Amino acid sequence: EIHIKEPIEKEVNPRLLPGELLLCEASTVYKYMQEDGSNRGTYGKLVCTNFKISFLDDDSASDDNEPQFKNKIVGENDITLQCVDQIYGVYDEKKKLLTGQLRKYPEKLIIYCKDLRVFNFCLRYTKEEEVKRIVSGIVHHSQTPKLLKRLFLFSYASAAPNNTDGRNQTVMFETLEDWRDELERTKGNVKYKTVTTNEGYRVSEKLPLYFVVPICISEESILKYEGRGIPIWCWSCHNGAALLKMSAFPKEQDDSTSQMQKAFLDGIYKTISKPPYELLKMDDLSSSLPSLQDIQTAYTRFKQLFLIDNSTDFWATDVKWFSLLESTNWLEIIRRVLKKAIEVAECLEIQHTNVLLIEESATDLCCVISSLVQVMMDSYSRTKSGFQSLIQKEWVIGGHGFLDRCNHLHKSEKEEAPVFLLLLNCIWQLVQQYPPAFEFTETYLTVLSDSLYVPIFSTFFFNSQHQRDTNKSGESLKTQSGPFRFLTVWDWSVQFDPKAQAFLNNPLYAEKPKPDKSQRKTARFKHQRQLSLPLTQAKPSPKRGFFREETDHLIKNILGKRIGKFINSSDEPPNSLREFYDSWHSKPVDYHGLLLPRIDGPEIKVWAQRYLRWIPEAQLHGGGTIATAAKILDLMEEVQSLQVKMDEEHSQAVSGDVHSVPMLRNSARLSSLFPFALLQRQSVKPALPTSTWKDLEDEDDLVKRDDEFVDLSGDML
Amino acid sequence: LFFAFVNEEKFSENGWMVYNPMSEYRRQGLPNERWRVTFINEHYGLCDTYPSLLVVPYNATDDDLKKVAAFRSRNRIPVLSWIHPETQAVIMRCSQPLVGMSGKRNKDDERYLDIIREANGQISKLTIYDARPSVNAVANKATGGGYEGEDAYPNAELFFLDIHNIHVMRESLKKLKDIVYPNVEESHWLSSLESTHWLEHIKLVLTGAIQVADKVSSGRSSVLVHCSDGWDRTAQLTSLAMLMLDSYYRTIEGFEVLVQKEWISFGHKFASRIGHGDKNHADADRSPIFLQFIDCVWQMSKQFPTAFEFNEQFLITILDHLYSCRFGTFLYNSEFLREKEKVSEKTLSLWSLINSEKSKYTNPFYSKELNRALYPVASMRHLELWVNYYIRWNPRIRQQQPNPVEQRYMELLALRDDYIRRLEELQITNNSKISNSSASSTSPSQMVSQVQTHF
Repeated sequence: EIHIKEPIEKEVNPRLLPGELLLCEASTVYKYMQEDGSNRGTYGKLVCTNFKISFLDDDSASDDNEPQFKNKIVGENDITLQCVDQIYGVYDEKKKLLTGQLRKYPEKLIIYCKDLRVFNFCLRYTKEEEVKRIVSGIVHHSQTPKLLKRLFLFSYASAAPNNTDGRNQTVMFETLEDWRDELERTKGNVKYKTVTTNEGYRVSEKLPLYFVVPICISEESILKYEGRGIPIWCWSCHNGAALLKMSAFPKEQDDSTSQMQKAFLDGIYKTISKPPYELLKMDDLSSSLPSLQDIQTAYTRFKQLFLIDNSTDFWATDVKWFSLLESTNWLEIIRRVLKKAIEVAECLEIQHTNVLLIEESATDLCCVISSLVQVMMDSYSRTKSGFQSLIQKEWVIGGHGFLDRCNHLHKSEKEEAPVFLLLLNCIWQLVQQYPPAFEFTETYLTVLSDSLYVPIFSTFFFNSQHQRDTNKSGESLKTQSGPFRFLTVWDWSVQFDPKAQAFLNNPLYAEKPKPDKSQRKTARFKHQRQLSLPLTQAKPSPKRGFFREETDHLIKNILGKRIGKFINSSDEPPNSLREFYDSWHSKPVDYHGLLLPRIDGPEIKVWAQRYLRWIPEAQLHGGGTIATAAKILDLMEEVQSLQVKMDEEHSQAVSGDVHSVPMLRNSARLSSLFPFALLQRQSVKPALPTSTWKDLEDEDDLVKRDDEFVDLSGDML
Repeated sequence: LFFAFVNEEKFSENGWMVYNPMSEYRRQGLPNERWRVTFINEHYGLCDTYPSLLVVPYNATDDDLKKVAAFRSRNRIPVLSWIHPETQAVIMRCSQPLVGMSGKRNKDDERYLDIIREANGQISKLTIYDARPSVNAVANKATGGGYEGEDAYPNAELFFLDIHNIHVMRESLKKLKDIVYPNVEESHWLSSLESTHWLEHIKLVLTGAIQVADKVSSGRSSVLVHCSDGWDRTAQLTSLAMLMLDSYYRTIEGFEVLVQKEWISFGHKFASRIGHGDKNHADADRSPIFLQFIDCVWQMSKQFPTAFEFNEQFLITILDHLYSCRFGTFLYNSEFLREKEKVSEKTLSLWSLINSEKSKYTNPFYSKELNRALYPVASMRHLELWVNYYIRWNPRIRQQQPNPVEQRYMELLALRDDYIRRLEELQITNNSKISNSSASSTSPSQMVSQVQTHF
């Protein structure tokens, strides 16, 4: 059976990472270019490994066309197994979702990716045997349930020489010192303490090894309900008010248990709502924000709008684009989340109250809100290392269940919810509204979102610190000498060379002026702009009923006086929020101070770079925000070369340590999809809608009218 | 009557000098062996809504033109708007033919269109873009109008561009105002926006203009554009296509010329569409056609932020003075009336204001590019509501002024210039140092720290 007809096929071998194994392959696969619906494309080999699905172009000789922005781990034609969203087979022009066992093998394979790429492969010219093997291989390895230890993460960690440089400024929050430093940095150490109660995960496997609680909380109470009902510190505001989170008790059927829990909570609330602690406001996020299910449903609908098969599809959905967008509800969820973050910021900043976020596990929406609040209020979180430390603190160590929420193991779709993506989408709104306030670019956010699906970093592949720690030790005695040493996603040099990394740094970032060393300690974390609202500043008599959806079942049972103030007054309109928001927006922006997102209808936008980047029809040749960014980068380059010249003139001068600037040649004609565009080919043909809207039923009478009511027949000579 | 007539402001520039039709045609390389300038309309005798100077095919006599005028609504005969410097294909504009219910034909008109087709030396068909939806074009026959039928014009291809009439546009803007004033719709913003259809209309106008431009450029075929009278949708299409094809119109001066030429001189009825100074003005005549055109230009400048010499402020200023009556620029319906009222003698031009402080209206990111067709993407994914214009009075939507990206760029420009200056100084001192080796130069540390705060 094995007879080779003509050895036209060059031997193209996939580039494998350490620990990566080739599982199956198929030749003469035809990959369509995702363009104008024509059948143009290239022949090549389709392979599946334990890490990725990869298409190897038969004539990939044109290496001089090396893209400027290249991922070293995941190439243009690579799809990591975790990045596969859905696989469809085409049988007689009909699309069918491929999941488990296959009886018939399709002639075409469409792979939709979580980073929104769409691949079309034609298998008509491939040997039947190979079709069977590759299709079932791909479906099996990317779509069926997996054991944690079968993740590529482990093969890679055991095979790869681990010599990443430690010059990473990100605070990992794995040690007691990291938490202490954070407490000190935010001046929270007066009223809050780090605890070691969870060493050996005595308290809970969901909680991190070390965390911070109010000083008055005893070890016994932490241990009593596995950390439930305990306010855990997130961050302290410059005025001393703190952001706290708490894992709520599940609904109890048993009356005596719930009575005991109630009593326990009352005790806790009493202790932390009397001086020196500020007034306490509580917000049950599970009732005041959309549910995880809502978020998952919205995102599933939303992303579908960008997984476009062809040009016809693009223009057909363009006709009702806005209502399609709205029907997904995704942008509305972003708006509600941003609004909630503004509410919390107002409590902390203006009302000087502590805010306690409550959620069943305190690891989903709590992470979103607390991260957003910190990005808005603490300019350190808007630097690259500060943002990364924040993600470590609130998400990675904080115990967000990345493994379950991303459904990396295909275990249960019920647990899946794009909570972290929701945060990135919200941060992006801020980034595009206030470009000079962030040290990183939207490209940084986009590649960070892509990194969710790259299983060589441990960052997004565990549910908790405990899970990572217990799986770190290696497979008992098997060959492994020491524990696994995982990579962290924050080491960007793993994915990008320095030239590409330059695209992650925002050239518009207005760095914070460094104060004198002597003054540093006191001046460092003070906001430059204090909001002065006379009404709320004088006495802590907070505007009531601030949290509109104050329906938490816990709150109703609270007796403490200082908290009680808020409970009976949820009927007043949230005036203070409006006042806060309007007053802030009426002043010029301090990019190092408090930052509030604009949330009115037209201000919430689609993250075009992430969602439109692979769609050729959406491409603007020589346009888009990259056009101005390129001009800025060109100019920076010029200024830098001038600086070098200056240094040469002062031959003794120390050459300044400057960031490298991405080199953009011919920038005027860059595609707006840059740096992600696959096709930078200059197309001469403009994109024209193939289906247009004509329907104006409601204005029929107007439509039929003529511009001028003049009978032209009378004009004729 | 209008404030413009008593306005005594003084400007360093005279905006009335910006547009000279003869020099604009010369810039385009006209007249040439195929196209000539005619003075047949010098006293507006042929057509009182056209300018006095017209460019027509060399092979058509003035007598021919008169005969054609009889077959075109309001005598608005096909005349040249723009000629492609390479393909020699042209954009012509006119009004609808007077076909009527009986399907009248006119040999002179048919021959005239053939002359136009032949003038660029290509054998291709002449492409006619009727801006209207086909239903409306057909309906127009009832009142004596219509479109070029296949039988009568076998060498022409006709396409309808489905752009709606002035009444639909007026209604659409009214709906838009309802959703942004006094409050911006909060929860159902997107579907509210969609229900106004404003951006869909913008999309259709842009799509039409792209088709016109592409036909002339890569299709190498001459194009004839009309709607009913050829002063609303036609002006939108020709001027936008010209903006896409000719980078001159993307400069401040070029854009002023474009507006003077395609809109003001060719009789867009500013007075009727805006309703200047007429209490009993029929609402039915008002329509935001020019605003819609400026919105399209804004969409293009948004998509190509380095392609236009002017900034958003320039466009907003034009619109503000469209309604202000401070300048004579947008008064009256035609060149004929403007001359009669001696507008250019008695009033000031808007371009005087703008050209006197050009830096205020200049886009710092502008990079000059010649001969490059600029096609916007007419997709809802890219079109957006012009918030800084339509919602600018709302304090909660107000954009950051100045634009931080622009500001940063200006800072860098200043830094570069500063470097260049200091470098020159340094080279001079260093040169003198060589001759006088004991001299010490000033420390560069101050400079270095300045740069580092920026990067």
